Amino acid sequence: MNIHEYQAKKLFSDYEIPILKGEVVFSSDGAYEYAKSLKGDIFAVKAQIHAGGRGLGGGVKIAKNLKEVREFSDEILGMQLITPQTDEHGQEVKKIYIEEGADISHQYYLSIVLDRGLEKPVIIASLDGGVNIEDVALSSPERIITTEIDSLIGLQSFHIANICSGLALCKEDSKVFGAFIEKLYKFYIENDVELVEINPLIKTTDNHFIALDAKVSFDENALYRHPKIEELRDIEEEEEIELEANSHGLKYVELDGNIGCMVNGAGLAMAVMDMIKHEGGSPANFLDIGGGASVETVTKAFEIMQTNRKIKVIFINIFGGIVRCDLVANGILGAMNEIKLDIPLVVRLEGTNAKQGLEILENSGYQNIVAISDLEKATKKSIELSK
Amino acid sequence: MSILVNKNNKIIVQGFTGKQGTFHAEQCIAYGSNIVGGVTPNKGGQTHLGKPVFNTVSEAVKQTGADTTIIFVPPYFAAKAILEAANAGISLAVVITEGIPFKDMIHAKLYATKESMKIIGPNCPGIITPDECKIGIMPGDIFKKGNVGLISKSGTLTYEASHQISSCGYGISTAIGIGGDPIIGLSFIEVLSMFEDDEETKTIVLIGEIGGNLEIEAAEFIKTNIKKPIIGFIAGATAPKGKRMGHAGAIISGDKGSAKEKKKALEEAGVHMVDSVAHISTMLENLH
Repeated sequence: MNIHEYQAKKLFSDYEIPILKGEVVFSSDGAYEYAKSLKGDIFAVKAQIHAGGRGLGGGVKIAKNLKEVREFSDEILGMQLITPQTDEHGQEVKKIYIEEGADISHQYYLSIVLDRGLEKPVIIASLDGGVNIEDVALSSPERIITTEIDSLIGLQSFHIANICSGLALCKEDSKVFGAFIEKLYKFYIENDVELVEINPLIKTTDNHFIALDAKVSFDENALYRHPKIEELRDIEEEEEIELEANSHGLKYVELDGNIGCMVNGAGLAMAVMDMIKHEGGSPANFLDIGGGASVETVTKAFEIMQTNRKIKVIFINIFGGIVRCDLVANGILGAMNEIKLDIPLVVRLEGTNAKQGLEILENSGYQNIVAISDLEKATKKSIELSK
Repeated sequence: MSILVNKNNKIIVQGFTGKQGTFHAEQCIAYGSNIVGGVTPNKGGQTHLGKPVFNTVSEAVKQTGADTTIIFVPPYFAAKAILEAANAGISLAVVITEGIPFKDMIHAKLYATKESMKIIGPNCPGIITPDECKIGIMPGDIFKKGNVGLISKSGTLTYEASHQISSCGYGISTAIGIGGDPIIGLSFIEVLSMFEDDEETKTIVLIGEIGGNLEIEAAEFIKTNIKKPIIGFIAGATAPKGKRMGHAGAIISGDKGSAKEKKKALEEAGVHMVDSVAHISTMLENLH
């Protein structure tokens, strides 16, 4: 689960991780009023959306006076912000973060992330912040210090010493930066964080280290033990239809094709999408209905696919194992009775009682159901009907 | 021969009396797996499905000589169940549970390794050696005995592959679903190496998916260590970047973990890759 910069910074301050003064606002008036209350003569106006690369799309501006704060806020609020991480339509900006300015002497990079290959968290620090870390990794990898943290021992002072010496920090800076890393690691561990990234982490001209940006995502599976963090979920930033599917035990991701897919099992669901593409068609979605195929489940799946008007045919592929195909067939017919589908339905059943299942569908009287047992033939039929 | 499991495994079920545990334990028993009992805290002394229930794994091991466990415990307690099994001297744990926090799993795996307990899963369909032993939730009758070793991250895709393998007249030595989570126990490499050493296994079918780099590591390993022919498939060529495709681990981050990258690596390692899951059987026939 991702959260916004302003939420992440609030959590940072609970861990005494230094941030600048700032507040989230929803209007240019609010922005103006808050900026007025800040001391100083320079302000950052930052769009609050989950996608990264906001600056590149014009979602982060530096205002040199209060008038500019209002101007930039008007500009950014309500814009469709397109960044390298959004789709081509971008994401609507509904809130902005107003932050005081700072005198920067150097920009660093710091992140802690789970490395799946190593099966442990790694701390990544770089001398070059405020730029894309992948670019630094390509152009000057020696400027990035990567430190693995074994869960058996956790973060130790020698880890910190290695990072600080890798960044060529002086004794005084090492002390401050080391404390920063310690706090950030504590935040990472205590909250089941999957990724925390600070880019840039700045050193000010008066020698403070401050998180100028904050990107945090949490392990979804661990949210049950962090109810306060779960509350930070911004449903406006997530696909409403995916959340709706999720709440019914379905896993759904919309794509841009016209063949709706309904499959049991995530791997098979992906394989079906791939087959459609391979044979010259275009899948409209990923949809894993899990282990069961009751009338309720199939009905919900149909309802969700109906929200996508591009769908011209629905391809159902169920491999009956523990769940018998005759029951699946009845589930499909039950759902057909609930929802009037006027598009063709290609159903491929295989596994336990597949023959009975196919017979039930063939004798159902529905003209728009095509029942096929062979996977490849069923795929080709769906593609034919989608053209 | 086979790998990891055969008719001699003495199996207990953790989360025995729960809905899932009961249903699948019954299926495993019906298949002929040697289930010797189960564990549910505070229900020790009862009999369930005709088998004894124990309060702890340690008691179960002492009383039954169990060496294997299958875990159906809910995600919040599943990592603790793994720790308990490792502590009690179990040598193989099959973890079906989906949704274990990765931090818990890292911890559980470290301790299991220290106690020399192998883990299959979590978030997996389990393992089956046809006609001998099924420790998992897969439908037993689609796995016919034969000489193909099957290893996959996914459940129903394993069934699909096995169905294809048997429909063209071949069968399975052992089929294992290693799970779709970011942190899992046995990986492709360990299982491939077991199949290489197993006399019964003549051909290997490897099914991966997007996300992580286990398939890339497997490709490196295959180059120098596996002589047996391997047929490979990677699911998720059409998956968009940055979206989790059902499995917690099935996500392309940046450009890392794409199907294209994995397919290329495996192809370079000499694996016979198919672009469509429906072509596994054709490739199998071509190789023989």
